[in-house]
Amino acid sequence: MSAMDGLAVERVTWSIGDRLIVDGIDCTAPAGAVTGLIGPNGSGKSTLLRVLAAVQSPDAGRVLHDGEDLLALGRRRRARRLAFVEQEAATDLPLSVLDAVLLGRIPHRSLLAGDSAADVAVAREALARAGVSELADRSLGTLSGGERQRVHVARALAQETPLLLLDEPTNHLDIAAQLSVMTVLRKLAADGVTVLTALHDLNLAAGSCDHVVLLAQGQVVAAGSVAQVLVPQVLEPVYGVRCDVLTHPRTGRPVLVFGE
Amino acid sequence: MATTTTARPPAPAAPARRRSARPGVWLGGAAAALVVTVLVAVTIGTANLSVAEVWRSIAWHVTQALGLGDAVSVDPLSRLRDGIVWELRLPRVLTAAAVGAGLALCGVVMQSLTRNPLADPYLLGLSSGASLGAVAVLVLGLSVLLPVAAFTGAVLALAAALALAGALGTITPTRTILAGLAISQLCAAATSFIIFWSATGDSYREILSWLMGSVAGATWSSVAIAAGAVVVLGVPLALSGSVLDAFTFGDTAASALGVSVKGTRWVLLVAVALLTGALVSVSGSIGFVGLILPHAVRLVTGARHRLLLPLSALCGATFLVWADTLARTVFAPREVPVGIITAALGAPVFAVILWRGRERV
Repeated sequence: MSAMDGLAVERVTWSIGDRLIVDGIDCTAPAGAVTGLIGPNGSGKSTLLRVLAAVQSPDAGRVLHDGEDLLALGRRRRARRLAFVEQEAATDLPLSVLDAVLLGRIPHRSLLAGDSAADVAVAREALARAGVSELADRSLGTLSGGERQRVHVARALAQETPLLLLDEPTNHLDIAAQLSVMTVLRKLAADGVTVLTALHDLNLAAGSCDHVVLLAQGQVVAAGSVAQVLVPQVLEPVYGVRCDVLTHPRTGRPVLVFGE
Repeated sequence: MATTTTARPPAPAAPARRRSARPGVWLGGAAAALVVTVLVAVTIGTANLSVAEVWRSIAWHVTQALGLGDAVSVDPLSRLRDGIVWELRLPRVLTAAAVGAGLALCGVVMQSLTRNPLADPYLLGLSSGASLGAVAVLVLGLSVLLPVAAFTGAVLALAAALALAGALGTITPTRTILAGLAISQLCAAATSFIIFWSATGDSYREILSWLMGSVAGATWSSVAIAAGAVVVLGVPLALSGSVLDAFTFGDTAASALGVSVKGTRWVLLVAVALLTGALVSVSGSIGFVGLILPHAVRLVTGARHRLLLPLSALCGATFLVWADTLARTVFAPREVPVGIITAALGAPVFAVILWRGRERV
């Protein structure tokens, strides 16, 4: 795997009015790994992801994937390259789970074509990889939050992209659902996908990510392995709380505790 | 590429969903129902004409038009009886079909584009603008100009709504809807004022009937306007299913699926506005079809658009033909505006559909 493999963000800047929300960010997310994007509220995580997903155009900077500039690609080609799971995507209309996942096939076919048997097969495989095959015929509105979030991940998987961006996919989920989403992401990374996910819960990042990028006020404060970034001397000034690192008794990974 | 080297699990042998056969069946059935509806609806009416006479009149005109007059011998009806079929009933039935198809289609597109289940084709002030234009010329006794005035009113109202939305900042769906609401209210006030101030006797009834929506008095030029608009604007709309699908989870999701959000929204909004403007100009603002019918069809098709769009158009056409047939026959010889029938008939029908499909909503 060459150094070019994966996502490379170069000096990306985005502002609204004269407020800089994303301030010259440089960071990388290697292929075959889960990279966590962490930072306090308002640090620019969501905005950075939206810029990387080309939902918003940056004022400056480049977004490279395997050495190729994503923002220079056509929309449909880009949608075959990267998929984006946003926070709390919802609809009021009646939609089956399989139909929701089939939306991920849109970039892969002519706009006049319907779902082919191959599209349905890909969608079913995506459901299987997200661990929710049994939900295929359910209505989206009847699912629990954790089930729905995994369906959204499956929709992104149906796009068959080598790059997956997620904005706090574990928000509002109970602990079992949070872990199951992270397990899905770990499996994808093991399959070679580049996964970059914003996370709120630092312990979830500590337990499930290979790399961590810490943002504060639109800038990268620290980036590197979990052991390098999730340490008191880095976290305390950013979050403004005391922090201690313990060791997980079974996995040996770091566990963070906060407060006096 | 998500290089899954794991063998793909064998497709579950379970009911692998009848998704390939169903759309064709539904569309074929709905198209057949529409054809039957048109053929039956023209035979129904207050004039004492037999079914055979009605079809003979139509057959005669069709063979003449195709230049088959010599090859196929069809006896024409008397001028008067032929006129009832060919100049009154058939244009009216066909106008109702085209208007119903167009309104249902516009309703689906507006609901999907604004992600608002309460959206209808008139959302952006189109019907109020059209009403103002129409009422103004009716009061002046210039009913000849009605379609032109109504269309102009609709387009001006839309332009005003979009200008207002633009003046508020970036044009977002919510701003567009709110701006449309403001313009609607303004036009409605102006319309009420004109009616209150100057409508008398005949013009009063004419205005009221137009405001409630009616295809009475439809002519072949109404058919040309409504059907022409449905073909030119409605067919591309009916084929935009994948694009609308991409909007299911909102703008961000659509963008992430490779759809140009702004461009698509504008093209579709303008197409809906022009189509609705053309329909309103021949029929007034017929309620219910564009708002409720898409929901009824969704209970069958789900929220995916590929089947929803054409099926809504076909069902809207059939529905409005029957509603109009009732409008002109139930209280014969008096007629009621079809808008009253669509609501009176449609609301209970929808309630039943909603109740029967309650687990799917």
